[in-house]
Amino acid sequence: MSNMILEVKDLKKHFKTSRGMLHAVDGVSFSIEKGKTIGIVGESGCGKTTLGRTILRLVEPTSGEIMLEGKNITKLSRGEMKKIRKDLQIIFQDPFSSLDPRNTISQTLTEVIKVNRIRSGKQEIKNRVLELMETVGLSERLMNTYPHELDGGRRQRIGIARALAMEPKLIVCDEPVSALDVSIQAQILNLLQGLQENLKLSYVFITHDLAVVNHFANEIAVMYLGQIVEKAPTEELFNNPLHPYTQALLSAIPIPEVLEKRPQILLKGEITSPINPKDECRFANRCLHDYRECRQHNPILREVSPNHFVACFKV
Amino acid sequence: MEERKSLHDPVLEVEDLGVQFILENETINAVNDISFKLRKGHTLGFVGETGAGKTTTALALLRLVPHPGKVESKKIEVCGHEVTAMTSSQLEKYRGNDVAMIFQDPMTSLNPVFTVGQQIADSIMLHQNVTSAEAKARAEQMLELVGISANRAGEYPHQFSGGMKQRVVIAIALACNPEVLIADEPTTALDVTIQAQVLNLMKKLRDDRRMSMIMITHSLGIVADICDEVAVMYAGRIVETGTLVEVFNHTKHPYTEGLFNSLPNILNRSAKLKPIPGLMPDPSNLPVGCSFAPRCKYAGPDCTCAQPKAHWFSDTHMVACAAYQREGFAIDRPEKK
Repeated sequence: MSNMILEVKDLKKHFKTSRGMLHAVDGVSFSIEKGKTIGIVGESGCGKTTLGRTILRLVEPTSGEIMLEGKNITKLSRGEMKKIRKDLQIIFQDPFSSLDPRNTISQTLTEVIKVNRIRSGKQEIKNRVLELMETVGLSERLMNTYPHELDGGRRQRIGIARALAMEPKLIVCDEPVSALDVSIQAQILNLLQGLQENLKLSYVFITHDLAVVNHFANEIAVMYLGQIVEKAPTEELFNNPLHPYTQALLSAIPIPEVLEKRPQILLKGEITSPINPKDECRFANRCLHDYRECRQHNPILREVSPNHFVACFKV
Repeated sequence: MEERKSLHDPVLEVEDLGVQFILENETINAVNDISFKLRKGHTLGFVGETGAGKTTTALALLRLVPHPGKVESKKIEVCGHEVTAMTSSQLEKYRGNDVAMIFQDPMTSLNPVFTVGQQIADSIMLHQNVTSAEAKARAEQMLELVGISANRAGEYPHQFSGGMKQRVVIAIALACNPEVLIADEPTTALDVTIQAQVLNLMKKLRDDRRMSMIMITHSLGIVADICDEVAVMYAGRIVETGTLVEVFNHTKHPYTEGLFNSLPNILNRSAKLKPIPGLMPDPSNLPVGCSFAPRCKYAGPDCTCAQPKAHWFSDTHMVACAAYQREGFAIDRPEKK
């Protein structure tokens, strides 16, 4: 198992609310090999962002284990965690609010390097900043510009450079391109892919857009109401989606081609509340096949063919 | 469906529309000399990236361009009326009655302190001579029409989810049976499965009522799904326009090609993304020549000296690209049947 950079076992994050327990992440397990990418896909409210943050322990898990290179980091103290965070970084969705508006690019990057003592000596730090900027495709003349002077694509590049400054092994990318225009989106996706090849990075790529991850991910996990409902290698998931939710999700993606009418699976209703979910299939309310057994238990994720996991009674 | 296509008279005609925002030390050229027509029962899609001038164009059609915007045009004719000549009371009748607009964000386009039923009824009472009881009944019918049960008319916007709110907004827009519906990114704030529901609803209502529609979107996938004609906008200009098949299968403009290449397509998963290098030019400082030339791989000296002239490939298919003056020029994107 030494080849695994990250293993997540039965991870749960419940929040207390006035109306009961909100099961944001409810028993999620997956693992990633070194240098690979897992795509976590789902709609708003499915718990994917909470999952990403819980992996970094920016949000403390309720239960479950997070293993980084075989080491359990779930119970580490703050001080110990600080060392681990060098290996574990995050890129946020919104490049407009995740940067300090009062720091220039070079200040932002210098701060990270200094605080974490990655380099020392003025010249060496400056060299590292320039190196990072070059890696993410920002020209040197932008060194002293502030975030508000830059467009979304460049801001996201700073976010990436800041994550890379720590020389991480694993980066959680939380919707890194959803705030960007298509032509810029492709630039950032290609950048991330290039970095992965050169720096042997592993990614947890969180997105609502299945089309975006197909280029990238080796494996995709589809989440619905805090749980993984289907997990398979990317090709397999696109060619042979088994869970009714995955099928609906795939059929709902608008395709930029003139096509004959394609069969579309329209789901009923909307995502139900994650507060105090009943012991039944969480998708049953919207599902096209609503059997009696779907209402009696919550189906568990089981392997139906090699590496293809589905949580559905019908399959 | 057939009948919808056979009606050819334009309900909306725009000629040489320009919108400028004159600020203290700069002038922003948001929309530059665009012309287009919308036929009855057809849907025209405006595609482009942030800042291309799509929304400003739509606002100009309703004379809603905010201060200090300056609108210039030869003609903005909707349902036979010249919009620029309308008095404010005529405008009040025109907006909502002849042309209705759906905005991008359903969360902010509803009033949080009134019930949704009240908000739909208000729009009906403003335009039609009905009693409040009749308006209320109509409002409930409209809710049913967009797939919300009528007994929720007494609820407030915060009690609805994003997809439901957008349905309410659609109900308000359609309550007075407008000739033209302008939808400005109606599904951008919604999840994909909800987006599919809302788009299907819009298609159905459009076909049932033989409404004409302008669909503003940044997604070529949505255009393919819902539009009959497409106008691709870049830096305030229409760079390519034509029928859906012409623009998608016989793409001519390098920018349109770039958009297709940078888009992940689940039907062609092995294709590598080819982003368009660089950024859209600053609208306060547009180049003299073609605005796309600095990012265009086909650009030559002929592109940077003057605005490219319209080049017509058919009665409907127009491309503003100077490269077509060169002999035998073609872009790399293959033609499809």
